[in-house]
Amino acid sequence: MATVLERVTKVVVDRLGVDESEVKVEASFREDLGADSLDVVELVMELEDEFDMEISDEDAEKIATVGDAISYIETKVS
Amino acid sequence: MGKLDGKTAIVTGASRGIGRAIALQIASEGANVVVNFSGSEQKASEVVKEIQNLGSQAIAVQANISDNNSVQELMNATMEQFGAIDILVNNAGITRDNLLMRMKEDEWDDVINTNLKGVFLCTKAVTRQMMKQRAGRIINISSIVGVMGNAGQANYVAAKAGVIGLTKTTARELASRNILVNAIAPGFITTEMTDTLPEDVKSSMLNQIPLAKLGNPEDVAKAVVFLASDDASYMTGQTLHIDGGMYM
Repeated sequence: MATVLERVTKVVVDRLGVDESEVKVEASFREDLGADSLDVVELVMELEDEFDMEISDEDAEKIATVGDAISYIETKVS
Repeated sequence: MGKLDGKTAIVTGASRGIGRAIALQIASEGANVVVNFSGSEQKASEVVKEIQNLGSQAIAVQANISDNNSVQELMNATMEQFGAIDILVNNAGITRDNLLMRMKEDEWDDVINTNLKGVFLCTKAVTRQMMKQRAGRIINISSIVGVMGNAGQANYVAAKAGVIGLTKTTARELASRNILVNAIAPGFITTEMTDTLPEDVKSSMLNQIPLAKLGNPEDVAKAVVFLASDDASYMTGQTLHIDGGMYM
């Protein structure tokens, strides 16, 4: 079973077309990974599908970095 | 071979009038149609039967488009049945006409909630699926009065003008995902609503229309087919005026 980090990394790589090595925990989707605001919305949608969960709009607004996404998912799925 | 073969379309307010004509026209071009209705279940199922006679698939789904939960159920029913949403036609609308000075707050709210907020909710709800598909068409039915104004319809006019602004913004936000959003502004179209107008009102209306006749629901429906088809793949954010030249 892939870890949350691995699964998030795969979604980010697929969606944003970045290299896996760029997907670091501290990387900001918008500032470091070249995402625009719509890309982030889409990314959250795909994370919802990947982890079979719902992320409210309020929570989604707080997810700015790869690490934010991972820790949010870990608190919800564990 | 239809222009919309294999596509799935949701048409809000499709049991009567222009919505019904749109549902039938897009079905005749090969699309599966979700016939949304709010009250007239029997009329909606008649539309479904007519579509099936045309050789396309259809379901009738009751939903109050001004209520987000109800809109979500409409989307769920569509996905369950057809597994995709390619076309959304925001057609449902109501009127509560009154002079501005006499207009009640609830008359204002009802019309804005159905005719403007309803378009927002349905658009937001289909966007998720259309973004995944990297394709989609949204067609909003506005009105000539949204562009020209009309005494006695402050609520309706405000909503219909709002729909044009919403169309342009949605078009800009979603263009990069190949979701094209356009509006249609019908003029005076023969429906149950215009049938009941007195003769003198009708003749004064005709004087303002260069083509000197009312339009048919099919005139609007054919423009919807165009905007939903590959023929319109290089236009977004536009408003098509189907009004016999009344506004130019």
